[in-house]
Amino acid sequence: MSSITYLEAIRLAQEKALADDPRVFLYGQDIGNFGGAFKATKNLAKEFPGRVFDAPLSEDAIIGMAVGAAIEGMRPIVEMQFADFSTCGFNQIVNHAATLYYRTGVPCPIVVRLPSGGTSGGGPFHSQSMEALYAHYPGLVVMTPATVEDAYSMLLEAVALDDPVIFCEHKFLYYHLKSERLPESVLPVGKARLARAGRDATIVTHGAMLHESLAAATELAADGYEIEIVDLRTVKPLDTDTVLASVARTGRLLCVSEEWPWGGVAAEVIARVTSEGFGLLDVAPQRLSAKDTPVPYHPDLWSVHRPTASAIAEVSRRLLNI
Amino acid sequence: MPTPEEDATVSSAEFIKAFRVMLLARVLEEKLASLYRGGMIKGGVFLGRGQEALSVSVGLHLRKGDIFAPLIRDQAGRMAFGDTVLDTLRTYLGSQLGPMRGRDGNIHRGRPREGYYAMISHLGAMIPAVSGALLARRMKGEIGIVGATCLGDGGTSTGAFHEGLNAAAVEKLPLVLVVANNRYAYSTPNARQFACRDLLDKAVGYGVAGHKVDGTDLEQCLLTLRKAVRAAREGGGPQLVVGDLLRLVGHGEHDDARYVDPALKAAPVGRDCLLLAKDHIIARKWASDAETSAWRKEAEEEVNSTLDKVRLEPGPNPEEDDWMAYSKPEFAERYAGA
Repeated sequence: MSSITYLEAIRLAQEKALADDPRVFLYGQDIGNFGGAFKATKNLAKEFPGRVFDAPLSEDAIIGMAVGAAIEGMRPIVEMQFADFSTCGFNQIVNHAATLYYRTGVPCPIVVRLPSGGTSGGGPFHSQSMEALYAHYPGLVVMTPATVEDAYSMLLEAVALDDPVIFCEHKFLYYHLKSERLPESVLPVGKARLARAGRDATIVTHGAMLHESLAAATELAADGYEIEIVDLRTVKPLDTDTVLASVARTGRLLCVSEEWPWGGVAAEVIARVTSEGFGLLDVAPQRLSAKDTPVPYHPDLWSVHRPTASAIAEVSRRLLNI
Repeated sequence: MPTPEEDATVSSAEFIKAFRVMLLARVLEEKLASLYRGGMIKGGVFLGRGQEALSVSVGLHLRKGDIFAPLIRDQAGRMAFGDTVLDTLRTYLGSQLGPMRGRDGNIHRGRPREGYYAMISHLGAMIPAVSGALLARRMKGEIGIVGATCLGDGGTSTGAFHEGLNAAAVEKLPLVLVVANNRYAYSTPNARQFACRDLLDKAVGYGVAGHKVDGTDLEQCLLTLRKAVRAAREGGGPQLVVGDLLRLVGHGEHDDARYVDPALKAAPVGRDCLLLAKDHIIARKWASDAETSAWRKEAEEEVNSTLDKVRLEPGPNPEEDDWMAYSKPEFAERYAGA
C-alpha cells in the first residue's frame, strides 16, 4: 500500500462515511466536480451522485441548511473552504447547532470541517486556528486531529456522533504528513493520547503543534531531558485526567498552541491543572502560543508568529532549569 | 383538482375555521398580555395582534408532514399548524412539562420532530434551516412536501435572509417565505429599513415567485397562501409572499409603541384583521353576532381552564436538571469548584 497523506485520509473518511451511511451527504463551496479547494472531496461527487452538493458562497446558509437537514435525520458534512470563513457561518454554529439539543431534545449531528491553521504565505484570513472560539460554546464537540490516523478515524467518529462537531483539520499537515496504513482501532472521543513518554516535563498540545513539540523533544533529548507529550486530540471535551496524570509524573507543564494566547486551549489546560493539580506542580506552568497579532502573510514573519520547534525547546529549557 | 371558480373563492367553512383559530390566538394573547402585566410571565411577551390573518393562512395551508418555522408574531399560524393553548401557556409560564422544559421560553418553542421548528432569535436564521430540511426530504425521496417560514420587514435586511433565500432558489426548494411587512422593526420604520420600492421586488432579484397580499384581509390571505403553497408543492420553487399590515401592538409588551405614525393607524393598513373578518362573516350571514360572541366565549373558556391547570404545574428544578448540552452524557466537562 502506498503511503496515505493526512488530506487523503480525510477524503477516504468521507468516502467511507458516504458508502456506509445513506444519511451522510456533503455540502460546501466547490466540493462537487471540482473536488474542493484542497481536493478533500475529489471524485466523491462522481462516486456518490446526488449526495455531494456545490453550495453558493454563503457560509451562513451552508451551516443553516446542514442544521435543518440534521433535524430531519441526515448526517451532513459541510466544508468551510477555510476555517477563517466560518465566522460568516458563526451564528448558525453557535446559536442554532450548539443550542438545539439542550433547547429541544433533538440532537444536531452535523460535522463542520474547518481547514485550519497557518501555512507559509496564507496571511491573516487563511490561517486561523479557531478551536478555542468554538470550544467556548456549550454543545459543540471540537476535534483537532494531529495525525493521519486521527484525521481518518476521528472524522468517521464525528459523523457517527449525534452532537455537532467542529472538525479542525490542519492545513499544514495536509500533504507532508503520511502514514502507511489507516487505523483499525482508535481511542474514544475525548481521550488524549500520550504521544511521547518522558519524565522531566509535560508538553500538552494539539494539531500541527504536536509535530513542532515532538521535534523540540528530540532536540532536548540530546541534552538529556526526557519530555512527555500529550496530544489532546479533542479539545472539547478535554481530557483533564490524562493531562493531570502526566503532570503527576513530571511536575512541569508547558502548553503549546498555535492559537492566540487570550482564552485559548493552553489557558484552559493551565486553569484546570492549577485548580485540580496544584500540588503536582514543581514550578509555575507555562504556555507558548502564537503572537497576539493577526497571522502575518510574509513567510519570514509567519515562521516566528507561531510556536516553532526551536521556540518550544527554548521555553522548555527555561522551564526545566527553574 | 379544484375548478378555477373554487380556486378564486374561500368557502364559508374554510373562512370560519381560519377566523376561529385567529380568535383563539387573539384571546390567548390578550391573556398573555394581562399575565405579563400581572408579573406572571417568565421573560418577555411578543404578540401577533394585527397579523393573525396572514399568519393563520400559512398554518392552514400546511399539512401534516410539512415543515413550519414560525416567527414571533405567529400565534395564529402556530395553532393552525397544531400548536396548542397548553404548550403555549406552559412555555410562557415556564412549566417543566412544556416542550421547552424551562430551557427556552415564549416564542422560541417548537417540536422539531413534528416539523414544527423552534426559532432562534437571530432573524432570517430559520430560512436556511427549513431549506436544509427540504433538501433532506428531497434526498429521502419525499415529494409534495412544503416548508414555510415567516419573517418581518426588518428580517429582510439580514444576511441570513439573503443567503437563505438565494440558496433555496438555487436548489429550487419548495420553500414558502412569508414576510409580514408590519411597518416597524421594533421602532425602525420601513423608510430606515429598505430602499426598494416594495419588498416584493426582492422576489425578482432572487429568481423566485412573488405574491403580494393585503394582510388585513383574511379572504385574500387565504387565497394567496393557497396559491403560494400549492405552487411550492407542485415544484414551482421558492415563493416569497409579502403581506402589508400594521403591527397593532408594541414590539413586546414592554413597549408602548409611541413611535407608530398615527396616520398609519388611521390608514387601511392599520385596520384590525380580526374585526374585518368578523364583519365579513356577518355580512355574508355565515354566522350571527351572537354566534361569534359564543365562539369568543368558548375560546376564553379554553384559555382560562388551561391556565388554571398550568398555573399549578411545577417549574424546572435546578437540582434535577442534568445541565447537559450534549446528547452523550460522557461529554459533560468537569470543572473544579463548579
